[in-house]
Amino acid sequence: MNTQQPIGIRSFGAYIPARRMLRSEIAKAHAWALPGLRGLGKGEKAFCSWDEDVITMAVEAARDCLRGEATEALARVSLASTSAPFGDVQNAALIASAISAPRNVAVSDQSASIRASLNAVSQACESGCGLQLLIASEQRKAKPGSAQEMLFGDGAGALLVDSGDDLLAHYLGSESISVPFIDHFRATRESYEYGWEERWIRDEGVAKLVPEAVKGLLQRLGKEASDVAHFGLSGGGPRADSFAAKKMGIDAQAVLPDLRDRVGDTGAAHASLLLISALERAVPGDLIVIAAFGQGCEAIAFEMIRAPNSTDRRGLAGSLERRLEETAYMKMLSFGGEIDIDWGMRAETDQKTALTQQYRVADQVFGFIGGQCSDCGTIQFPRLPNCVSCGGFESQQPVPMADEKATVLTCTADWLMFSVAPPLYMGLAQFDNGARLLMEIVDVGPEGVDVGTPLEMSFRIKERDRTRHYQRYFWKARPRAAAEGK
Amino acid sequence: MATGIKDKVAIVGMGCTRFGERWNAGTEDLLAEAFNEALADAGIEKARIGAAWFGSAADKINVGNSAIPLSTALRLDGIPVTRVENMCATGTEALRGAAYAVASGAVDIALAIGAEKLKDTGYGGLPHMPKGTFNDLWLPYGSAPAGFAQLAAGYRTKFGVDKAELKQAMARVSWKSHQNGAKNPKAHLRKAVDMDTILNAPLIADPLGVFDCCGVSDGAACAIVTTPEIARSLGKADLVTIKSLQLSASSGREQGYKEWDGSYVQNTRNAAQAAYREAGISNPRQELSSLEVHDCFSITELVTMEDLGVSAPGQGWRDVLEGVFDADGELPCQIDGGLKCFGHPIAASGLRMVYEHYLQLQGRAGDRQLPNPKLGLSHNLGGVPYNGVCAISIVGLEGA
Repeated sequence: MNTQQPIGIRSFGAYIPARRMLRSEIAKAHAWALPGLRGLGKGEKAFCSWDEDVITMAVEAARDCLRGEATEALARVSLASTSAPFGDVQNAALIASAISAPRNVAVSDQSASIRASLNAVSQACESGCGLQLLIASEQRKAKPGSAQEMLFGDGAGALLVDSGDDLLAHYLGSESISVPFIDHFRATRESYEYGWEERWIRDEGVAKLVPEAVKGLLQRLGKEASDVAHFGLSGGGPRADSFAAKKMGIDAQAVLPDLRDRVGDTGAAHASLLLISALERAVPGDLIVIAAFGQGCEAIAFEMIRAPNSTDRRGLAGSLERRLEETAYMKMLSFGGEIDIDWGMRAETDQKTALTQQYRVADQVFGFIGGQCSDCGTIQFPRLPNCVSCGGFESQQPVPMADEKATVLTCTADWLMFSVAPPLYMGLAQFDNGARLLMEIVDVGPEGVDVGTPLEMSFRIKERDRTRHYQRYFWKARPRAAAEGK
Repeated sequence: MATGIKDKVAIVGMGCTRFGERWNAGTEDLLAEAFNEALADAGIEKARIGAAWFGSAADKINVGNSAIPLSTALRLDGIPVTRVENMCATGTEALRGAAYAVASGAVDIALAIGAEKLKDTGYGGLPHMPKGTFNDLWLPYGSAPAGFAQLAAGYRTKFGVDKAELKQAMARVSWKSHQNGAKNPKAHLRKAVDMDTILNAPLIADPLGVFDCCGVSDGAACAIVTTPEIARSLGKADLVTIKSLQLSASSGREQGYKEWDGSYVQNTRNAAQAAYREAGISNPRQELSSLEVHDCFSITELVTMEDLGVSAPGQGWRDVLEGVFDADGELPCQIDGGLKCFGHPIAASGLRMVYEHYLQLQGRAGDRQLPNPKLGLSHNLGGVPYNGVCAISIVGLEGA
């Protein structure tokens, strides 16, 4: 560890899917068989659209985190998740490509526990080697009718760890307790988890293991529980955070909002989102302690140093405001793959991806890198051998498009083409930099889209290949007004 | 300087099947049906055909790729046969190949034929036509109506036309074609439809409803072309000749560069100007007798009136509402029912349009015969307004 310069958090970003399912509607759908679910039917849960997954949410959180930050020096991009789409493809490598990280960046995927995100943060802070982007992203599957279906939500958080004098928060230390306490499990290749009795989890797990880790950490840091200004706990079930705080003597006021009302429990992403929540509200000098429960407990402490600069970062607070209310329970099931709707013959199109082609144009497809003609200055996408305007041959220099603003030039809502989220909105996006591109438009709210609607770019699943179980990714446009929750 | 092909090629025989849901006919049957009609019309032996151009657009259904399906279906022995595909402009593309072969002197008599068997998909609408491995990675695949529906957004924005007014004009386009199609025994859709039905139909791609969309049909159409000299030697009088055949393809400029405003189709403008030059037409609204345009969707026909220069910019929708393009209007359009009601078997459509002009020019159009037509224009659009192809052919009486 470099003792010359403090290590900690330089920036953070978050992404919560815009779609929010009213839990009361889920409870209503199951009321015929499971009337007891009504007790959990308050608030709403964030869930992925059909074209979102752990990778797309991670990219969006990373982009939010990297606004105004130089990415050339990125030494590592890591993804913590228990629900990453690929079992054997470095998920973090696809994310690194989408954020145009340098080619020589190290990438890693961390998994198998909702503790994975805090593991990654403490490892990065302990190692102290360079600028590290640590993303946690989770798309939590739950069996229809289960309590988990009510409690779980989807989301992603990203933290940029670095050393230096101008960090937002300094890493103080971490503590791990690791024991075979299995409150729930999910076998490899299984979709759903299996959980044990809540009272045992509370009394033998949360009540004992969380204090063991947190108190051990505070003791090592020479701090008291009463010094903790912000405390968050991921895992252990509803209200485990307040319960544990009380056990340890942490002020009830210090317990961070658990996101249950508006997002749900986001698994491996939850500890990161809680830390981000703390960073958004802490004042310099505040002690932040975040813990994650599971096969023991991981606890990590930071001291807030300075308030974040005002960038156009959305953060968790901004991401929560970007909201599309959903009441159609069947839509949530369909988007999550829980039911297989008969979409008819138009859905039979083979979506095989030519991996050779994908690699040849990887910077264009993953990074959304267009071209600017050095002869006439025209910016364009895709980057073909000849300029779209002057015809210049091999004259184009790479130009990033993902953060460019655009407006709708032409648009329609297509009810004929197969889409698992009909209608399929599409149109020509006119970028402020002069480029123009036919794009799918997503996250369209009740106000719809029309000529002149402002757009921003979002990394999404382009198509799913249901035969070979591969999905390809590309960028789609979404209304900027809706994106700001207006 | 190219002199063009005006009056260098005569059409001596044409055939066109009934379009529609031809459940009992395969592509081979449709090809034979159109060809036999054309051959009888021309009054020649099959052996006199020196070369053939075969248009078919959909590969996964229909008869597959290459020239062989045609040479096999018609048993064309040992002559050059070429398959062409240029989306909805395929039929005109086949005619262009055959006409150029005759005009160049390479062939005495050539065959152009297009066929499509769309009702072998198992569902309504067009089959998915892949755009290649690179486009697969980024291009959103909307339906054909979604591509053209965007013209409505661009058009009403540019000219400040109210959404409801434009919808009314679009409905009027379809209403007129249904009126015409009802009189055509070979048309797919033969019922007149009232405006309310059109206006209140379910949406396909906003603002296009079901009745803003053309029929998806099976069918084939065919032309036999030769030189005017050979035509006369075959005993033909009052020849119908080709005045121009022009094509324009997008370079990606409309959808990739900022200049296009979304309200028109650049390819139509390009092809129309070239076609008028080749045919020696300076005032199309006055000089043309009738139009067969690519009314794949109502908004397409409306915008095409301006792109062809027969309506002033921003006035197309008013001309439509005033009945300029009705059967008894100043410039009848889609007198045979158009794609809307005659139907749209993709690769046959360009030749079907020429077939209607051919009948009209010869006074053989029955109930829908126009008085003294001299020049007819047909127009095909393939792809989408912002990235596609346009083919225009003008045919007329020799000397017109």
